[in-house]
Amino acid sequence: MASSESCYHCGQVVPDGIELRVNIAQQSRTMCCRGCQAVAQAIVDNGLGEYYSNRTALPGQGHEVFPDELKKLALYDHPDIQRSFVIDSGEDQREAVLILEGITCAACVWLNERHLKQLPGIRTVQVNYANHRARVAWNSNEISLSRILQEIQLLGYNAHPYSALQADSLRQKKRKKDLQRLAIAGIGSAQAMMLSVGLYAGKWDGIDPSTVLLLRWFGLLLTLPVVTFSAMPFYRAAWSGLKSGHLNMDVPVALALITAFIGSVWVTVFGGTHVYYDSIGMFVLFLLGTRLLEAGARGKSVEAAENLLKLQPTMAVRLRAGQQEYVPVLDLLSGDSILSKPGESVAADGIVVEGVSTVDEALLTGEPRPVVKQPGDSVIAGSINLESPLTLTVTGVGENTVLAGIVRMVDKAQSEKPRIATLADRAASWFTIALLIFTAVVGVVWLYIDRSQVLDIVLAVLVVTCPCALSLAVPAALAAAGSHLIKRGILVTRGHALETLARVSHVVFDKTGTLTQGKPVIVDVIALSDLPVMQCDVLAASLEQASEHPLALAFKGRVSATDLQTVQNARNHPGQGVSGEVNGQTYYLGNQNFSPASRTMAEEHALSHPSATLVWLCDAKRALAVFVLEDPLREDAVQAMVRLKARGIEISILSGDNETTVRHVGKALGVDNLHWQQKPQDKLAALQALQRDGAVVAMVGDGINDAPVLAGAQVSFAMAAGTDVANQSSDIVLLSNRLDDVSQALETGRDTLAVMRQNLFWAVAYNVIALPFAALGYVSPWLAALGMSISSMVVVLNALRLK
Amino acid sequence: MTSTLVFLLGLTVIFILLVGFGIFWAIKNGQFEDMEGPAQRILMDEDDPMLPSNQLSDKTK
Repeated sequence: MASSESCYHCGQVVPDGIELRVNIAQQSRTMCCRGCQAVAQAIVDNGLGEYYSNRTALPGQGHEVFPDELKKLALYDHPDIQRSFVIDSGEDQREAVLILEGITCAACVWLNERHLKQLPGIRTVQVNYANHRARVAWNSNEISLSRILQEIQLLGYNAHPYSALQADSLRQKKRKKDLQRLAIAGIGSAQAMMLSVGLYAGKWDGIDPSTVLLLRWFGLLLTLPVVTFSAMPFYRAAWSGLKSGHLNMDVPVALALITAFIGSVWVTVFGGTHVYYDSIGMFVLFLLGTRLLEAGARGKSVEAAENLLKLQPTMAVRLRAGQQEYVPVLDLLSGDSILSKPGESVAADGIVVEGVSTVDEALLTGEPRPVVKQPGDSVIAGSINLESPLTLTVTGVGENTVLAGIVRMVDKAQSEKPRIATLADRAASWFTIALLIFTAVVGVVWLYIDRSQVLDIVLAVLVVTCPCALSLAVPAALAAAGSHLIKRGILVTRGHALETLARVSHVVFDKTGTLTQGKPVIVDVIALSDLPVMQCDVLAASLEQASEHPLALAFKGRVSATDLQTVQNARNHPGQGVSGEVNGQTYYLGNQNFSPASRTMAEEHALSHPSATLVWLCDAKRALAVFVLEDPLREDAVQAMVRLKARGIEISILSGDNETTVRHVGKALGVDNLHWQQKPQDKLAALQALQRDGAVVAMVGDGINDAPVLAGAQVSFAMAAGTDVANQSSDIVLLSNRLDDVSQALETGRDTLAVMRQNLFWAVAYNVIALPFAALGYVSPWLAALGMSISSMVVVLNALRLK
Repeated sequence: MTSTLVFLLGLTVIFILLVGFGIFWAIKNGQFEDMEGPAQRILMDEDDPMLPSNQLSDKTK
């Protein structure tokens, strides 16, 4: 079999010596692993083979379902846990929202819907392709929730129950209201414009006064809902601005709307030269449209972040009088004894009283390297227990945990962030004051010159100077740039980020998970005896079979499951390694100090691979092989560094890892400015030192430990694959997980700033030129309205150039 | 002339109300929540006769 063949299901290269096949649509297809084979077989067996002809993207990396995960799924059937996310809709009828991981194209949506619908007891299934959520309704007598989740896993996807938070339903409601406002503004302004075409033509051609009156009254009728219902947000924002004592952009908007409307009503009732119903409608429509686009982009990012937050069962096992009981985490008190099972995350901060195990504290340190915990050591909530059960005495729950402390640090750093937005708002408020004073002065002067023209001229001034173009200048550019970036998988979650990007002079990277992939792989195997490398691979993978250790995965991936040998007396030695008997021989796999044979080995291997983790395979007498594990750099890391440097941007690396590893990575990437063994507060301090020297810093990170720094940097990027706290505290989320997108975002930021400057220049220039003419009475109000519309049009079209 | 206009404007009111109610109904029904899925979904053949073991498909048709 040719080794270059790729897996029909996931597209990865099929490793040598693997002969797994599935019949799909009368053709035998090769599979790369048991996981893919199982998934493909499940798809075909359920009559869903059409998935393969319809899909437009390959599925995410499949993973095998371990029995432990199935046990965890069973937890979701517990009524106490279900209470938080399952809607009880009548007798045995249940409904829940599930987050689906691994949706890559529309065929995935189809596959999940079709498969679930075939199950007995499922009433409805609806998968939302936009936010990757499924709404499932089922009969609890016929099917259990864990079975549904299991069926989804069978197809190679991963489902997590999603508790519909209140914030989410509020956001939904607001979006619906916004859409309604936009719809009313759209219908109203389109009709009003049609009428005004008649009025303009009438001015030219001659028109019956009674017809004019009819058209004006009809325009009034159409504009009434626009100016009351649709424009409500502007009045509210203006009012809250006035109450808090500063004039924001919404004040002149609201003022122009009210004046134009009252003026038009006056003209309609008592007669006059011009009505502005069409301008009012268009004004409201434009502003609402841009705001909706902005809110949509923000909402999408929040949803993406929420999807990343995988809902763990919020239950803990409490030990009381020798009995185990399930209790909600919130009911735990300091001093309680809890049991932490291997493979699960720790429910609360605590001190180990019994048992020895290793835990993954990556969320705190960013390093996926496990830490040994013995009685007396403290364990933090959210870290993952890897090897064996631990009994803990609780020292902190909820708000009192280390994790909650980090989240508080994020909030603080965020509030201290320099806000450019407020600066623009302050400038707008001065503009507003000047505008209002000027209009009043013009009005008073004309009172003395010609009373009959006052209203026309005041309106012309207000409409001409109406900050429509000015207030659209920035949001239009931001919306266009945002939608352009999101197509590339770059999600801008905070509006000011794009402005700041243009001024970035320094980019700071986290190492693990950001520059590197965060998953160690075996880069080299050195055979130390006559046993061939292949044999060592099989032995190592067999020994690691039972292990939950993060490094174990690297071994398991190297051999096919069929080759694994049975291991007797398998034992985990927390913090050291695993041992077991294969064919009557005892083998040890672990660090250098684990087995007597490797302890005596020279340090030379450690020297030749300074940044790597070495794992030794030994039998009772001698060392057989040494495995070199390294966390590989992301594929585009080097290219991204080169590109950033070409733009004249300085680069630093801040890492929680040790000196040798960081130096090694720095050398590979050509970065000299390195900081190692940084705790979250150290990172923040290093960043602030840079900022004091005048650098505008962009931070790129992924872990919870990066969150405070991400919040403190002027602009920050988070890897979508990272933790949700990191995503929430960053301004831009790289959904694509490509480092190269950082320089792409910087470029778009520069373009956006240029467009914003052009727009602002145009809007101000237009106002400055038109103002004197309007004040002197040379601009009739209808010409002013036309000018205003054209000037905003120019601004919007200029923004659209960003694509 | 004016009477024609009044008639046409009346007709406009009726159309606007219809369109308005239509859009409000659509918004309330969540028609705008997933803007990408339905466009793709139409391309999937729900009633492919080649599906062999799809016992329940007859019911959903």
